Amino acid sequence: MRVLLSGNEAVARGAWEAGVAVACAYPGTPSTEILENVALYPEIDAQWSVNEKVAYEVALGAAMGGRRSLFACKHVGLNVAMDPLMTSSYTGISGGFVVVVCDDPQMHSSQNEQDTRWVGIFGKLPVLEPAGPGEAREFVKEAFAISEEYDTPVLLRMTTRVSHTKEDVEISERVEVEPRPFVRDVAKYVMIPKNARGRHVVVEARMARLQALAERMPCNRVEEGCGKLGFVTAGVSYNYVKEAYPEASVLKLGMAYPFCDEKIAEFAGTVEQVVVVEELDPFIEDHLKALGIAVTAKDASFRIGELGTAFVRDIVEGKKKHATPVTARKPLFCAGCPHRFAFVVLKKMRVYVAGDIGCYALASLPPLSSLHTCICMGTGVTLVEGLGLAMRDERVVGVLGDSTFVHSGITGLINAAYNKAKGVVVILDNSITAMTGGQQNPTTGLTIRNEPTKKLDLEKLCQSCGADNVDVIDHSDIAAFEKLVTERLAEDALSVIIARSPCKMIDRRRRPVPAYEQELCKQCGLCLQIDCPALTAIDDGFIAIDGNVCVGCNLCTDVCRFGALKKNEA
Amino acid sequence: MKRSVCNIVFGGIGGQGILKASEICATAALCEGHHVKKSEVHGMAQRGGSVESHVRFGDAVYSPLVGAGLADFLVCFHKDEHQRLRPFLKPGGTDLTDYLEPAARAITHPRHLNTFLVGALSARLGIGEESWTKAMHAVFDAKILEENLKVFRAGRSVEIQ
Repeated sequence: MRVLLSGNEAVARGAWEAGVAVACAYPGTPSTEILENVALYPEIDAQWSVNEKVAYEVALGAAMGGRRSLFACKHVGLNVAMDPLMTSSYTGISGGFVVVVCDDPQMHSSQNEQDTRWVGIFGKLPVLEPAGPGEAREFVKEAFAISEEYDTPVLLRMTTRVSHTKEDVEISERVEVEPRPFVRDVAKYVMIPKNARGRHVVVEARMARLQALAERMPCNRVEEGCGKLGFVTAGVSYNYVKEAYPEASVLKLGMAYPFCDEKIAEFAGTVEQVVVVEELDPFIEDHLKALGIAVTAKDASFRIGELGTAFVRDIVEGKKKHATPVTARKPLFCAGCPHRFAFVVLKKMRVYVAGDIGCYALASLPPLSSLHTCICMGTGVTLVEGLGLAMRDERVVGVLGDSTFVHSGITGLINAAYNKAKGVVVILDNSITAMTGGQQNPTTGLTIRNEPTKKLDLEKLCQSCGADNVDVIDHSDIAAFEKLVTERLAEDALSVIIARSPCKMIDRRRRPVPAYEQELCKQCGLCLQIDCPALTAIDDGFIAIDGNVCVGCNLCTDVCRFGALKKNEA
Repeated sequence: MKRSVCNIVFGGIGGQGILKASEICATAALCEGHHVKKSEVHGMAQRGGSVESHVRFGDAVYSPLVGAGLADFLVCFHKDEHQRLRPFLKPGGTDLTDYLEPAARAITHPRHLNTFLVGALSARLGIGEESWTKAMHAVFDAKILEENLKVFRAGRSVEIQ
């Protein structure tokens, strides 16, 4: 049967068909839908983990215990899991273990454009790279087979255009896999130096065997063409090559690492010009050059952003990437979003805001312009401490979400308390992992399948970490919120303010649209500074409220100084 | 190798149901027996920003994206986005932006815009009515299926002078 599946749905389907028993992840675009879809299969023990390191380790444990298991993350999520990844390469597994990583060329929803294929070299692990959803399903099954045969975690490297493309995919049924017997093997699983030295020998021998496998892998495929141009390509780029040069010869690398050197050399000998087409870093290009093969490869300007069919000809002709102007509409907070209330206040207070990863990063854009850093998960706490050490007189407020705090903020808060740091951290607790579309986390008291579970008590947790003050406030009362933040900033203390108001994806209630009296409006534009999607400027600086968009949050009535916008109690 | 692939670009702003519209179209193409690819981006873009979704179907489809100047159809959900999206359209391609006004008159709620525009598009694609009906059943929950079928039929029969 053929069904329409996205790359992420296809990974979930392939894993289910392969008999996966355990799957763990932390949400992150473009990888989130993998676990959301895995959770639809009752045979699989699926979880949102607290962060990627935890997710990796839980899945690894299940694999060591003999069950097929899967870990999924976005590219920067893998950074968090690198510690266990590097050493699990040494220990190996027992049941198959597949590590799915979704890169985000073009940074549609990410803070950098790192290329995960290098982790194959760095971690000494095989990497498979599907070109679309159909291959994603096949490759995940192949990855489990390789994992068990070669006793290694296997990376499945996806990109946004593979994860979020749908195509018709042939599906089949689940094949149950018997758990492998659990063996207490200290020399394999206790990586003290003595044992690890022995395991490193095993790893190098495994890499040699995997290189031999690469030569035989059917997914490293030659498509014979006219023999003039010969493309070496992988992943989504393969599709662009096929569109641009349907008659050319192609070596498609389904196994990105280790390389099939003999097959590559043989292919290069059959064509007049070898052209490498790959997104992001010169991973294939550098390897072919090291093999001594003369290649045409993309200009360095193409290392930035995605490729597309139209770019392939430019690469062949040695041109630079011509940047297309971005005119897309900017994203903004949803109507009624509680984050808007917080940043209207923080902007008014003119404080320096150390931000974090989440919807609230949108507050950095004008006109709100009130968030000043966004680097990685947890910096909403740790940068407050570091900036405080450098700038004693600057008022710094840290901001991060509930899910982000649990992911990476807790250790930073303990560190601040332990090292006698002072400052204010605001946890914007909207009771959901919002940016990725609304996933549960330990503060919501619900699992990935919406089953009730233990609910993390943020107040008690922050107290235990060593915060001097832990306040809980509904910051939709902006006057009270401003007063509280001002007071806490003035104190010589480490303070956490839990600003609790639910995300509009959860709280769908709508209150009456405010009344607008144009006669009272002084056209000052202050209400437009809150960047509400329901408010637009019309002629002469007056405004209009879109009643279909407005949810009646009344923030505009709070900021209007002339009574032109009034709460409508009707 | 001669390939015939139909290229459609859907675009507008977050929250307008663009991804749902392209889902109906891609599902109908699948029901008709075509090879289909549909591509879009999730995440930050959906917070009220520009959203676009590409659907390609035919005998053999490679790229998930429609290149500039290659779209057979442009289904634009918001007039502010038209200037940005128009370069996708090939010379002689069909621009469904003119359907925004009749759509606004015909529908009772903005959430029906996507279904209406897909209806209008459906009359111009070589996909049978049965496949569209199957796609509508696959994409919509039972409780909102009937109202959407009605809107779809209104869109399918709309005429522009």
